[in-house]
Order: sequence, then C-alpha cells, then structure tokens
Amino acid sequence: MTYTTHSESETEALGAKFAENLPAGTVAALYGELGCGKTAFVRGMARGMGIDCIVNSPTFTIVNEYLDEEGEKPLFHFDMYRLAGADELYDIGWEDYLCRGGVCAVEWSENVPGAFDGDEITVRFEKTGDNDRQITIEGGPERC
Amino acid sequence: MNILAVESSCDETAVAVVADGRRVLSDEIFSQVALHEIYGGVVPEIAARSHLEVITLLAERALERAGVARRDIDAVACTYAPGLIGAVLVGVNFAKSAALALGVPLIPVHHIRGHIAANYLAYPQLEPPFLCLAISGGNTMLVDVRGYTDMSVLGQTRDDAAGECFDKSARVLGLGYPGGKPIDDLSRQGDDRAYDLPRPSVHGDNPYDMSFSGLKTAVVNLAHHAQQTGQPLDKPGLAASLCRAVSEILLGRTMAAADALGYDHVAVAGGVAANSRIRGDFERACGQTGRQLYVPPLRLCGDNAAMIGAQGYYEFLAGHTADSGLNAYATMAL
Repeated sequence: MTYTTHSESETEALGAKFAENLPAGTVAALYGELGCGKTAFVRGMARGMGIDCIVNSPTFTIVNEYLDEEGEKPLFHFDMYRLAGADELYDIGWEDYLCRGGVCAVEWSENVPGAFDGDEITVRFEKTGDNDRQITIEGGPERC
Repeated sequence: MNILAVESSCDETAVAVVADGRRVLSDEIFSQVALHEIYGGVVPEIAARSHLEVITLLAERALERAGVARRDIDAVACTYAPGLIGAVLVGVNFAKSAALALGVPLIPVHHIRGHIAANYLAYPQLEPPFLCLAISGGNTMLVDVRGYTDMSVLGQTRDDAAGECFDKSARVLGLGYPGGKPIDDLSRQGDDRAYDLPRPSVHGDNPYDMSFSGLKTAVVNLAHHAQQTGQPLDKPGLAASLCRAVSEILLGRTMAAADALGYDHVAVAGGVAANSRIRGDFERACGQTGRQLYVPPLRLCGDNAAMIGAQGYYEFLAGHTADSGLNAYATMAL
C-alpha cells in the first residue's frame, strides 16, 4: 500500500496509524535516504502504541528502547546507519531484542540485509519533493 | 578517596582512576590505545560486546598507570544507564565483580551526569549550581545543575542530536565521519550567510526543547537541488551557514535559560563543544553578559571513564551506592 504525506507531522500520523494493534514480535524494516522521515514515522509508531516519551534519533546509540506504561509491549527503535555487517548485528544483540516481546522499528535496514527472515514488514520512504514523501508499506505474515 | 571508574555505554571502553572526584590518576580509553598492544587488528566502530575483550586489560593498565595498588581502591563506579544495553552490561558486571572482589562500595553513575562532571576535572574551582549544555553525537540537553547530584533537564532535542546534524550533513557534502571537524574546518573559509537555513521550531510548550532534524533535511535538499540543476554548491558557505544555525539554536536556548534562572556560570559538555563557531559564540555571549563559561578540553568531552570517576565521587558522598543486584538500563531519566 502506498501513501503520500506532505509534512513531517503527516508522516508521524501515518506511523501512528500503522502501529496501532501491531502484534508483539513485529519487525518493521525501514528503507530510505537521509532526511526522508524515518524517525518521524517511528515517533508516530510510539504514539500509536500508546507510548508517551521523547523519540529521538538512535544513530549514535544504535538502539533506543521505549516502554509503555504496563511495560508489556516495548518499541525498540534501531538505527543501523553506523553498522557495516552481520558481525556487528551480533555485537548489538539483535537476536536478543527479537525475543523480548516488543515491536522493532529498524532505520537503515539497507545496511543489514541479514537481519530479516522474510516475515518483516517493509516500509519504503521516497522523497518526491522538499516536504512530500511517498511511503510504501508491504509484507508481514498477516498481510500476505 | 580513589575510585576505579568504568565506562562502556557505547563505542568506547574506558577505565580510569580518579582521586576525590577531581584528580585524574589514570584515564585509559580503548580506542586511543595503540591497538596492537592489546590485540591486533581493526577496531570495530561498534564496540558493544567487544568491550568484554578489553575491559580487564584496560583496568590493569589504569591501575598501573595510576600507580595505585588494588588495596588502595576505595570504591568502583560505573556507567549503568543510558546506552546500548549489551555494552552497558559489560561495564556494570565488570564493576560489580571488581567491587565484590575488592570489598569496596559500588557506585552507579548516569552517563550524562558523567559528561557534566567532566567540567569538575577541567575546572577545580567549579561547583554547582550552574547551567550545563551537554552536546554530543548522541545527546543534546540543557541541564539545570543545582547540586552535584541534584539536577534536572530543562530542555532537549526532540529528534537528532546536534552532533548528528553535523555528521549527517558532512556525509551529504562528501566529507568524512565523524563530520564535526571537517565541517568546522570547511566553515572557516565560508560565508555564514551564504544560505538561509531554517531554525526549526519545536512543537509543544517547552521553550528550551530543540530540533535539528529539519536543519539536516534542509542541507540534504540543498545538495540534492544543486546536483539536479547542475548548479555549483558553495560547500564552505553551506558549512558556515550550518554552524551558524546550530550555534544560534544552542546559544539562544542556553542564554534564555541562564537569564530565566539567573545563572552566571555556564558549562558546556560533550564533543560538539569542540566546534569553533559554537565555542566562539558562547565565549562572546558570556563575555557580553558577564558570565563565566566552562568548556572542558576535547579529551574530556568525548566518552571517557575519568568523568564517571568524578561524578561517582559525588554520588558516593550523597549515599548513592548499589549492591550486586545492580542492573543496566538502556534508558534512564537524568
């Protein structure tokens, strides 16, 4: 399904809608260049999952963890921008996160093709103007 | 009081020995050590679990360089939050074991509190209260430091860190990583009014919150347009305009907070403090308003363990120790 957004807040709203009722264990693989709205989308996802906290870029820390009030379904916000391969995926404990009953949102999935097993939902961001973005959401076991 | 301090929250593995929170007896950082001395090969940019491979050796070396015997260590401090969980856990577990083996107290330290405490190492006369702007590749935070262990976040970035804005803009301009220094160097040859970059406003009611994502996107768009239209991009001018924009955002928030809270002492912490434009603007603004500015040297601005030892001392004095049940946390309020 392809969506068009015209501002950062619209991208955020789409992320919120996307994340409502996502089952625990969902992996969302985000693809797209610098400044195309990936972090804004994940900020929306947190809101859609009922998580009230500041969502900022995890480029430096690789992963930000956001917990909901009950601590039941956390959102793990990855940024693979600085990663260069499968060894480093192991180093950050990627597989541990998959087992923790949360939702994983993965920016810069381009850098870690080996992270995904085919059950992930892919979200592709494309710049169609300074503020316009085309966002394509595909896949996931329940959508096929 | 000698504190053995451990830092492993992200890329750097570091161990230091600090006396009385102010005097650095040794300060070992893995990425700065001649690598072949510890183990040959390439340093991975993402250290994470490889902290485990070097932390014991670094600790041995820190004690040796400090000229301090194990029995003269009075406490062990470690970063326990926030950070990459697998990485933080290595330091926490090492510190727990060391404290247990030495029979001394264990002191958990918040990583950003450590960055702020780097100022105590650089400026022996500095004492709270003061205002501190913590700016790095991963953090951008304005902190009201009322006491050594009594502080609150006045405002922070809602998206990218200031250093990240430099790193990612540098990438778009074809400069190296990390991008802070090349942007700074290039900006000195450029006109800081060459490009009209946005000063992104922040939604919400906190006047001290900041945003840098829109600035990054504006740089990306300018580079993209230049490429598409075949027009030359004035890279030095863009770098200078970017430094000016980042500096104005940081300075505006900081000075507004200093005015509102009545602070005459303003400190800056973190690697972005090395930026000459930011440093210059802060020096000028503090000079004009009769304020004292504190900016630690670069070595103390990046991640290091000495700063954890400094803050650890004051946490200990406040009674903030932990037992062997201490856990590591990926996120933690200041």
